[in-house]
Amino acid sequence: MPKLIELKDGVAKGVEDPFTNLADDQDLAEGDVIVSLARFQADGERLLSEGRRVGVRLQAGEQVEALVYDLPRLAVVALEFPKYRDGRAYTNGRLLRDRFHFRGEVRAVGEVLREQAGFMVRVGFNTFEPADDASANEWQAAVHRYRHVYQRAADGRIPVFGERAFAERGA
Amino acid sequence: MYQYDTLDRQMLADRSAEFRSQVARRLSGEITEDQFKSLRLMNGLYLQLHAYMLRVAIPYGSLNPTQLRKLAWIGRTYDKGYGHFTTRTNLQFHWIKLRDTPDILDHLASVDMHAIQTSGNCIRNVTADPYAGATAEEVDDPRVWAEALRQWSTFHPEFSFLPRKFKFAVTASPKDRTAARVHDIGLVLKRARDGALGFEVIVGGGMGRTPYVGPTIREFLPVNRLMSYVEAILRVYNRHGRRDNLYKARIKILVAALGKDEFARQVEAEWAKIGDSVDLPDTELARIRGAFARTGFETLPPVSDAFETAKAATPAFARFARNNLKPHKKLGYTIVEISLKGIGDTPGDATSEQMEVVADLAERYGQGDIRVTHEQNLVLPHVKLDDARAVWAALAEAGIATPNINLVSDIIACPGLDYCALANARAIPIAQHIAEKFRDQDRAERIGELKIKISGCINACGHHHVGHIGILGVDKKGEEFYQLTLGGSGAEDASVGAMLGPALPYDRVADAVDTLVEVYLRERQDGERFLDTFRRTGVAPFKEAVYAEAH
Repeated sequence: MPKLIELKDGVAKGVEDPFTNLADDQDLAEGDVIVSLARFQADGERLLSEGRRVGVRLQAGEQVEALVYDLPRLAVVALEFPKYRDGRAYTNGRLLRDRFHFRGEVRAVGEVLREQAGFMVRVGFNTFEPADDASANEWQAAVHRYRHVYQRAADGRIPVFGERAFAERGA
Repeated sequence: MYQYDTLDRQMLADRSAEFRSQVARRLSGEITEDQFKSLRLMNGLYLQLHAYMLRVAIPYGSLNPTQLRKLAWIGRTYDKGYGHFTTRTNLQFHWIKLRDTPDILDHLASVDMHAIQTSGNCIRNVTADPYAGATAEEVDDPRVWAEALRQWSTFHPEFSFLPRKFKFAVTASPKDRTAARVHDIGLVLKRARDGALGFEVIVGGGMGRTPYVGPTIREFLPVNRLMSYVEAILRVYNRHGRRDNLYKARIKILVAALGKDEFARQVEAEWAKIGDSVDLPDTELARIRGAFARTGFETLPPVSDAFETAKAATPAFARFARNNLKPHKKLGYTIVEISLKGIGDTPGDATSEQMEVVADLAERYGQGDIRVTHEQNLVLPHVKLDDARAVWAALAEAGIATPNINLVSDIIACPGLDYCALANARAIPIAQHIAEKFRDQDRAERIGELKIKISGCINACGHHHVGHIGILGVDKKGEEFYQLTLGGSGAEDASVGAMLGPALPYDRVADAVDTLVEVYLRERQDGERFLDTFRRTGVAPFKEAVYAEAH
């Protein structure tokens, strides 16, 4: 069973992961790869020139600003949750989408739990490697748990104040 | 008061359904207690020494009679017939069964209440001046901004897993009844010379093991830019706050480490990048503001004959009026403070019957408005002077007419070792001993304003650092000892108390407080409060008197 869940047009699906997630001390694999920021800074040019798709994995303490000039060339930015309660990746995700307009895949890795699914989607994550064995169906239910949101974020959902204004105009 | 609409209610219903499914997963054994912990803590559910404790949010301490009656009913049905009002103006039920909690949340939701973000490392219940809308001192209604912050912070996708919990206070009066300067963010509404409304933004105050009075990082923030500015503060904190040490994770540590100027520079730089894209539209602010507009006041004469006659006829009522009634902005009205600090009672506790009495009084005499103060009392903010005696009589019958607001027995105490797994020492019985000692009300009034605050451990839930007299429970080789501090204040003249001397054993604390008060009465000069005298004389005469007795 695939352990990567992709959310597309609001539907969560289990998908095969085309990327190989490379540790820093691991030999280079064929095909599409996700590497650490350090390895990308060392080998990024070469990897990209080989015509493969390349993703970068950011640890919680690394900031997405480090990737700004490379974003158009990246297929994936994987943001790490060392613990579910370490919330730094939410800021990285939000800035990727809102400030740097990254259009590629933003992937949640690490201690990724269904209880956090709604928050992750709102700041712009669209693929997930659940650490709690959540199925695509369970993930889908978690993402759509709340019918409304109170504030603007990176997902473009209209907050309640927008819904209210809309209802007012319609009335 | 702000009324929840369908959208607010659907948010609560969705939360309730989520929690019900989480409890079901726990009860069926699908998840372990350890895995469940992270879920229940998002819902204000703690496992304490004897039972589960459920903390119910009371946004900016504001309740209507229907809500208070529901809390009373829950206390009677699922707890032991009472609840405990906290320094975050929330209500805690201390004897809850896990399997009942989903039903309790549904009952709460039926009156627009919840336990959202009453625990966890997220933005907690926003507190505001309990006299909002009633005091003539304020330049604006702080509840408008507290409500805007409530909505913005609820399930905030970026800021629900901060390094540590995060607390806002909002006030609009020069006299600070919210302890704004010892909050993660304190917002003080001000008017500029041209009449424009803005906030003084105070960041990085706090208590716990490292108390700080928070510095002001911006003197004047235009009110309509509030959301983007706090988003900038939270983002700097979320990224740079320490996560390696629980005790150094609050924003106060980051602000102190960077220095207030550098912290402010980082916030301003981030704010400039955010722009105004997350600020609330003026139409929404106007909608919220409209909900707090109050038009039900009558035109009354400045003097109420009924009130004056009642005071002259009934000395006990006159005493209540002196201590528990506060000036209202409208002629002929008063603010009634209801003390939950009866002599010998547990500070902040109210029985279900008492809650119902307060709800009835609010409905009959108080325009349906009830507030909770961070000093663990209740307030009826809009009562006619003509009705004050009737309100007092009903409170007296319910045992909650103690005339001690701001006096020596109006003590803040955390639940302490009687309930809390973190505590080193008991707090409640210490408060009771002190209150007993000052049972004589004439003497208490002679002493005047004196704020005693007691915490059962260094986490400082009882705010001891900002007590005029602070009392901290410590553990010395398995025995309860108490460290006294003097000269703290959580008000506009905020300061952190200074240590008196070596910790005292349990049975000497009340006597030591008595001695401190005697020194104050001996030393005070015209009109000085305890705090003023201490600030003038320093610790020496107090220290000498307390420790001389030990020899």
